[in-house]
Amino acid sequence: MTGLPDLDGHFGSFGGRFVSETLMPALEELTEAYQRWRGDDDFMQLLDRDLALFVGRPSPIYHAERLSSHCGGARILLKREDLNHTGAHKINNTVGQGLLARHMGKHRVIAETGAGQHGVATATVAARFAQQCVVYMGETDIQRQSINVFRMKLLGAEVRSVTSGSSTLKDALNEAMRDWVTNIDDTFYVIGTVAGPHPYPMMVRDFNAVVGREARRQMSEEWEGLPDALVACVGGGSNAIGLFHPFIEDRDVRMIGGEAAGRGLETGAHAASLCAGRPGVLHGARSYLIDDDGGQIQHTHSVSAGLDYPGVGPEHAWLKEQGRAQYVSITDDEALEACHLLTRLEGILPALESSHAVAQAMKMASAMRADQTLLVNLSGRGDKDVQTLAALEGLSL
Amino acid sequence: MSMRIDACFENARKSGKTVLIPFVTAGDPLPALTVAVMHRLVEGGADLIELGIPFSDPMADGPVIQASSERAIERGVDLEQVLSWVRQFRDNDAVTPIVLMGYMNPIERFGVSRFSQAAHASGVDGLLMVDCPPEEMTELQDSLSARDIDIIRLVAPTTSETRCRMITRHAKGFVYYVSFKGTTGAGSLDTKALARPIAALKKLTSVPVVVGFGIKDSRSARAVAEYADGVVIGSALVDRLASAGTDQQVLDAALEFLAAIRSALDQGVR
Repeated sequence: MTGLPDLDGHFGSFGGRFVSETLMPALEELTEAYQRWRGDDDFMQLLDRDLALFVGRPSPIYHAERLSSHCGGARILLKREDLNHTGAHKINNTVGQGLLARHMGKHRVIAETGAGQHGVATATVAARFAQQCVVYMGETDIQRQSINVFRMKLLGAEVRSVTSGSSTLKDALNEAMRDWVTNIDDTFYVIGTVAGPHPYPMMVRDFNAVVGREARRQMSEEWEGLPDALVACVGGGSNAIGLFHPFIEDRDVRMIGGEAAGRGLETGAHAASLCAGRPGVLHGARSYLIDDDGGQIQHTHSVSAGLDYPGVGPEHAWLKEQGRAQYVSITDDEALEACHLLTRLEGILPALESSHAVAQAMKMASAMRADQTLLVNLSGRGDKDVQTLAALEGLSL
Repeated sequence: MSMRIDACFENARKSGKTVLIPFVTAGDPLPALTVAVMHRLVEGGADLIELGIPFSDPMADGPVIQASSERAIERGVDLEQVLSWVRQFRDNDAVTPIVLMGYMNPIERFGVSRFSQAAHASGVDGLLMVDCPPEEMTELQDSLSARDIDIIRLVAPTTSETRCRMITRHAKGFVYYVSFKGTTGAGSLDTKALARPIAALKKLTSVPVVVGFGIKDSRSARAVAEYADGVVIGSALVDRLASAGTDQQVLDAALEFLAAIRSALDQGVR
């Protein structure tokens, strides 16, 4: 199950490359370059060094004791990706792609961003490698993530506002693709999640899989063995696949992905592609997505900008169909409650995205025994969400 | 194999003319006008019509066609309607080939085999899937070719010779050469630079070569016609129709816009 995708980027019937002809040669070039450099010892040493000294890896696994006893039942452990440089797992991938861009001789990098975390992580790496950086961001997201917008500017990136479609992440991705097709000779497109055409779902997974490899080793060496279940939030699915992938062959370890149920699946205002969507083609790959009966992609809703996306990575679609991973959905209210609870009980303010995973772990823990363990990917910190949290309480900062 | 597309290029070849291909987004500027606009385009000198299936996320298109797609979707245009307009057009025009252009998801949601049947019954001659390279085309290709509908293949400036051979091996109808790296409607067309890639492409395939992207007026159309068997003009036309005003002005604009380009192309008849 870990040998996928196939040479053309398929995970069973999912994945592939659904892009215009102009991009096909660029994707082939990228695939070849990635295959070459990931087999190169010097490249991998540079990557490992950056992950250790620039990102701050390994991230610890922390026992949330007060949260665990609040829930009753299983022990809840947190993989602290929120402690990474720039505040989320996203940097694992941008360090990898930034280094690859450098080795491919591309001096201009572009990215799309929703919550702004991937944009910040890309701008951060671009600053260090002296790469020109343009980040596409939906107008709606620019409004609700103004701190990250300014961070990107501080880092020297140009943030371009996208006003087409729903003015959110999916439209930013369309616009970044349009930039790439126009500037294909000197530009490297740093996709932030495990969606998009091959090789992105594979490459972004590989760069994020450091999370799962590390966690697997830490559980064996520092704790009493592998956990009973892994829990992660799923928007495009990069932090979830990063944690899950190294555990796929460990059949006793359950894998649970928490999607955004927004105001509730029944209201239609959600972003739960796997739970409430169906297979289709979007942004270069076949996977689950949210569309109407005419095949038009629908506007989604989540309190967390990073999960507000109508598609999901093809490998998740495949893991769902194989029954290897289960996908559930968490409402805005449940995520917000978990966010406040973790902050008050543990002194850890999680990102609203990661709060979905915490909420799911809380639900599961109480139904499990005290000798069982849940490992949650705490994929990001909530500093960027402080304004959103304040606004929900009617405060303006 | 579509008889109408082959006959269209054969007639043009005999008379030394360039095949003129307007693109309009189905349902834009108004759903009620689409069939009438198509007839006016033919009156103005269109040899073949490309009809865009509106899609919410048109990754390969520039702002003009994106906006037209959004307007059509807002007015509730769906694939079923697009096919019904082709059927209505066929009531009065059995000759002009129609090629549908669009993205995969609306076709997949409709159902590939149901689409092939319905498209055939409506009188569709070809399908150009912007986001579906030959590698992902097998099911669609098999289903459509059984109904004599041509899959129109794209070649881009980035396409290598090896890839070009693979793409043109099963080409039917015509090959669509994307004139530059970018999205539809962008303004960076260097017509002289087309000579070499098109000559190379013509060595690899016997089907006609049509050029699209960046052709916006009589001058650029004529310049491209030096090298190509046909020219596609899209964004400039869509823009003109969208800003035309009354229903009558939309229809007049369609006719006048095409007639001007037709006459410029025909002045250069070899």
